[in-house]
Amino acid sequence: MSTVSPNLSSRTPLSERLDLIVSPIFAVILGLIGTAVWLYSDIDSITEDILAPEKLQRQLGETLVLGFSSSILVILVAIPLGIVVTRKGFPRLKNFLVDTLGLAQALPAYGLIVIFFSFMGAGITTVIFALATFSLLPVLRNTIVGLEQVDKSVIDAGRGMGYTSRQILMKIELPLSVEVIIAGIRTAIVINVGMSALAFLVGGGGLGETINSGLKLDRGPAILIGAVMVAILALVFDFLSALAQKYLKPKGL
Amino acid sequence: MSEPLIRLESVSKSYGSGAEPAVKKLTLEVEKGEVLVLVGPSGCGKSTTLRLINRLIEPTSGKIFLNGEDVTDVDPSELRRKIGYVIQQVGLFPHRTIAENIATVPRLLGWDKAKIESRIDEMLELVSMDPETYRDRYPKELSGGQAQRVGVARALAADPDVLLMDEPFGAIDPITRDRLQNEFLRLQQELKKTIVFVTHDIDEAIKMGNRIAILREGSEIAQLDTPEAILSHPADEFVESFLGSGAILKGLTLKKVRDIDLHQVPTLTAPVARDQALQALQDSPDQVAVLLDDKEQPTRWIDEKALNRTSQPIEKSGRPVTVNLQPEDTLQDALTTMLQSSVGMAVVTDRKGKYLGCCTIESLAKLIMSEG
Repeated sequence: MSTVSPNLSSRTPLSERLDLIVSPIFAVILGLIGTAVWLYSDIDSITEDILAPEKLQRQLGETLVLGFSSSILVILVAIPLGIVVTRKGFPRLKNFLVDTLGLAQALPAYGLIVIFFSFMGAGITTVIFALATFSLLPVLRNTIVGLEQVDKSVIDAGRGMGYTSRQILMKIELPLSVEVIIAGIRTAIVINVGMSALAFLVGGGGLGETINSGLKLDRGPAILIGAVMVAILALVFDFLSALAQKYLKPKGL
Repeated sequence: MSEPLIRLESVSKSYGSGAEPAVKKLTLEVEKGEVLVLVGPSGCGKSTTLRLINRLIEPTSGKIFLNGEDVTDVDPSELRRKIGYVIQQVGLFPHRTIAENIATVPRLLGWDKAKIESRIDEMLELVSMDPETYRDRYPKELSGGQAQRVGVARALAADPDVLLMDEPFGAIDPITRDRLQNEFLRLQQELKKTIVFVTHDIDEAIKMGNRIAILREGSEIAQLDTPEAILSHPADEFVESFLGSGAILKGLTLKKVRDIDLHQVPTLTAPVARDQALQALQDSPDQVAVLLDDKEQPTRWIDEKALNRTSQPIEKSGRPVTVNLQPEDTLQDALTTMLQSSVGMAVVTDRKGKYLGCCTIESLAKLIMSEG
């Protein structure tokens, strides 16, 4: 028989390689801008006070906690939810959820945080829940889309060979949708880290404090350095999830 | 007769209460070791019927027996591990290597590792794929024909008694399909599995089936019989129209060249003298003779006109014999070869190319007539 088979390129496509390069490049550029501002602009004692290392360190830690916790919360809620609504018998629930969460995302994040504040009070937990609600949709939607784009004939073959529903999910559906699901998580993480700059509004801390102080006291360099740090953090997380996407995707796809 | 291996007992399947059932009180028996083909127009419920057997579709009513055991209520996953399943879209797991794909059911059944490994190689060889080359490849690296070979290997890996095939060669190009069908028939001669095979292609049904069930809407059996019997005695107008025109021509694929009484034309073995050749031709009622080489392999058709053209040596006169038939070829191949041949007949040789005789339109007609 013939051994001619489609030529399998061992090189990753350009788009995928760019994916891993772009965020680090932007992070470095932003880092340079931040450093340049620090070195070459007028830094008075007020600015120095805003940018005091121990303050920045604490805010950075809070931002990390915010971004991390809200993202973990989203993953723990959205993926199981996405799995449940794609099982037989939940088409209506699925549409309802996607519509409702679309609405949540249409609200400004600011508004959402205030709404959560009105019944949860001030503090970092409030912000974590608000961020999680805001970024639930991309993960849920990608989980649903990822599971639904799995070739039906592959599932049929799996069932026909005696896989149980659970085995179909664990051994076929999830591995084949992992890339799409992680893409959703990636979006959520970037949203969460970025939006964490609003946490200070309800006493959640974070680098938003620096930006806010800069605004209130009219200190341009402080605003810029605070914003740059948030952006770099988001880019680092984006890069890490791009790596996860690359290495968790099963071979052969 | 022994207990049939698969028995459907007035099995029905309906979707919703008002709709016409997709399968209506179907009773069907499949004997051990036979290939039963379910064939019918699209929407007649043949695929549904197939999927009722391994309970990918649960019957609304009726009973299913496998090997005499009522399997209507056993755990469906356990049941399916005992039944091979091949579908048109193949459905290989794209994230698993060919080896892992083939190992699917043995792993589910908890075979030990060494046994699975050796089984993978055995299966790949069975479907004529080199284990060294293909074990570690991924499905996307295979052509359609290769993928379906792996599909068949995967279905056979745990050595099930029963194989269900839903249009397995339907999405494959005609040339590869023909080759896969032939290989499959050869495989089945060895393995003697009990196979239920669904197709919408009556020619494929005739070629593959020991028995054919022609189904009409609601999976009602219009006729269930051997291909020969269906072709010669269609039960009703529906079957007749489904067979289409040219039922006799379709029947040609059922008989082999070896069934024909071969016609003997004069043979000349090179080197031969010109007058000797002329003499042989004049003594015979035939217009042509076959020139053989020293290995008794036919090389050219020689007629009187060619012999009279003395400018050429005999070995280069006449027309070359281009295509040989062999005893295993079908009468359809024979007819095609004869129609293409310059002299209206075809040379038959054994496997090694040694001359056996000639096949003529008359001998073919005689064989078909004798079937009556």
